[in-house]
Amino acid sequence: MNGSVTTAQRGGQKKSAPGRTERAARAKRRLTSPWASAIAITIGLLWSVPTFGLLVTSFRGSTKDISSTGWWEAFKFSNWDDFSLEHYQTVLSGAGTSNLADYFINSVVMTLPAVIIPIFLALLAAYAFAWIPFRGSNILFVGIFALQVVPIQVAMVPLLTQYVKLGLNASFWVLWLSHAMFGLPLAIFLLHNFMKDIPRSLVEAARVDGAGHVTIFFRVILPLMVPAIASFGIFQFLWVWNDLLVALAFGGNTPDLAPITARLSDMAGSLGNRWHLLSAGAFVSMIVPVAVFLGLQRYFVRGLLAGSVKG
Amino acid sequence: MDALLLHPTTVGGKLLLMVIAIALFALIMALVLFLSELPKRLPSWVTALIFLLPALALVCFGLIYPALVTIKNSFFDETSESFVGLANFGTVLTDSDFLTTLRNTLAWVVLVPVLSTGIGLIYAVLVDRAKVEKVAKTLIFMPMAISMVGASIIWKFVYDNRVGSLSRAYVAVAGWFGDEDATAPQWLMNAPWNTFFLMIVMIWIQAGFAMTVLSASIKAIPDDIVEAGKLDGLTGIKLFRWVTVPMIRPALVVVMTTVAMTALKAFDIVRTMQGRLYHASVVANDFYTQSFNNHNKGVGAALAVLLFVIVVPVIAYNVNQLRKAEDIR
Repeated sequence: MNGSVTTAQRGGQKKSAPGRTERAARAKRRLTSPWASAIAITIGLLWSVPTFGLLVTSFRGSTKDISSTGWWEAFKFSNWDDFSLEHYQTVLSGAGTSNLADYFINSVVMTLPAVIIPIFLALLAAYAFAWIPFRGSNILFVGIFALQVVPIQVAMVPLLTQYVKLGLNASFWVLWLSHAMFGLPLAIFLLHNFMKDIPRSLVEAARVDGAGHVTIFFRVILPLMVPAIASFGIFQFLWVWNDLLVALAFGGNTPDLAPITARLSDMAGSLGNRWHLLSAGAFVSMIVPVAVFLGLQRYFVRGLLAGSVKG
Repeated sequence: MDALLLHPTTVGGKLLLMVIAIALFALIMALVLFLSELPKRLPSWVTALIFLLPALALVCFGLIYPALVTIKNSFFDETSESFVGLANFGTVLTDSDFLTTLRNTLAWVVLVPVLSTGIGLIYAVLVDRAKVEKVAKTLIFMPMAISMVGASIIWKFVYDNRVGSLSRAYVAVAGWFGDEDATAPQWLMNAPWNTFFLMIVMIWIQAGFAMTVLSASIKAIPDDIVEAGKLDGLTGIKLFRWVTVPMIRPALVVVMTTVAMTALKAFDIVRTMQGRLYHASVVANDFYTQSFNNHNKGVGAALAVLLFVIVVPVIAYNVNQLRKAEDIR
């Protein structure tokens, strides 16, 4: 449905050189206008200062200073020896009620299969939609696409009842399956969009050579799908790692199962203003998604532009 | 067996189960591919069905069937035993607490998309082709990688009454105006304004999304159209208003509706920053409270259905706009 954006973006890359310099000049003029620069810088600051403030706080040693002075006072000359990693040790080592190491492991264990399972299943489904002509193919595909907009809240309570009947409740299987189900419509849609762009002649040529579905799938399709898989993968990764709703509803709040977001949300309520623990905890939970995001930003943007409306 | 396959308690056990789960689904994939080639000359719809079966099974089990049950439950009482007609919807649409919730939700669905798209658009235009474009964009885009829980903690600290940046700034400004012993307001406690301060967190997260998509479509505007606008004497803001905005209209619609749906369905921010206190709740948050804390299945289901019903016109508008855009082309 966002095809217009995608094609538009592709068109943008074929720009002629003179147009480029003209635009660069115009942009330079625009940014030299003091008002424009001031607005851009203000937005940039508003978007980065909150994170920076909490980051600085997590490294301030004195809990008394944290709860009585502004974070910027950490940079006062007299406070320079106050920086420490103490709070990170506290939240990770399990002193008190805030052992985040267990929850961090849970997040890892929850996230990897929840990303990989829908990729497996969606690749198969997208292959069928793109390369096996059958009656009703279009209707079925549109139906799955439409499921993207169904709020997952609509499915949660009866789904939990089913899990209880199957004896799966309060296990990782519930988290993996739920995230896989909720991610599948987007995965099938996104992978199909990329898959149908593979030149028909490639697949036809393989068929003429006598290749069956298995050979075509592994030899022709899969190697060309790597960027698309990366796009969906990073989407699903961020979604699952950062999710709170599924985690709370299906994962409860036990150190055996709950991911780090569930624990943090709980800490924000129960620890109130103990910013030395909350700040360190928040950054422990952020380090992985931010690293993945910065490393794979290119694929993430491509996924966004290829029309990812997460349900 | 239970400790191995269902409830591992050690790190090693968890990692082992994780590997088992991935292997299981790899096996399912292998099985599908194996079956698709077994007897030669299967009718194509059978082959297609084999490929689609695992995904369809999960979607039916996890989305379609439960959604139908929820719709049914919304007409039943809190234990799903006796039929109550539209009573649950009556409760949701008349009880004063729920009405506050609806008012707040409306504010989220309207203001969050408008403000984040506006800010994203302005920023995209301002940094377009600037020297520091890449860094500047990453700065705004970064909150997309942070969980809403993490973002809530970041902003709760900004709003902290004693040491928060906003509170300190407020006191400082009041000081300049001569009010030496001003104290900062309780940003998150005074309804209805607390909803606005919660919304800022969502805007902070979503502006990066808006900026990225809009920036791509601004870059895709053909140069000759911009030139034509200039020949007609358009410059600066007028060029922006009469050339840029109409050219990226489809992208604007997609961004607004996507952000609106995210804002509608998210409960993380409200939950993490204040639960159901201080009259700042939204429908998605009440859904969670009713379904999982109060165990009121009927009202919970009605709220879930309500979420779905609010989504429909947004989607319809989106599809309609896109169809119009296609027609023009």
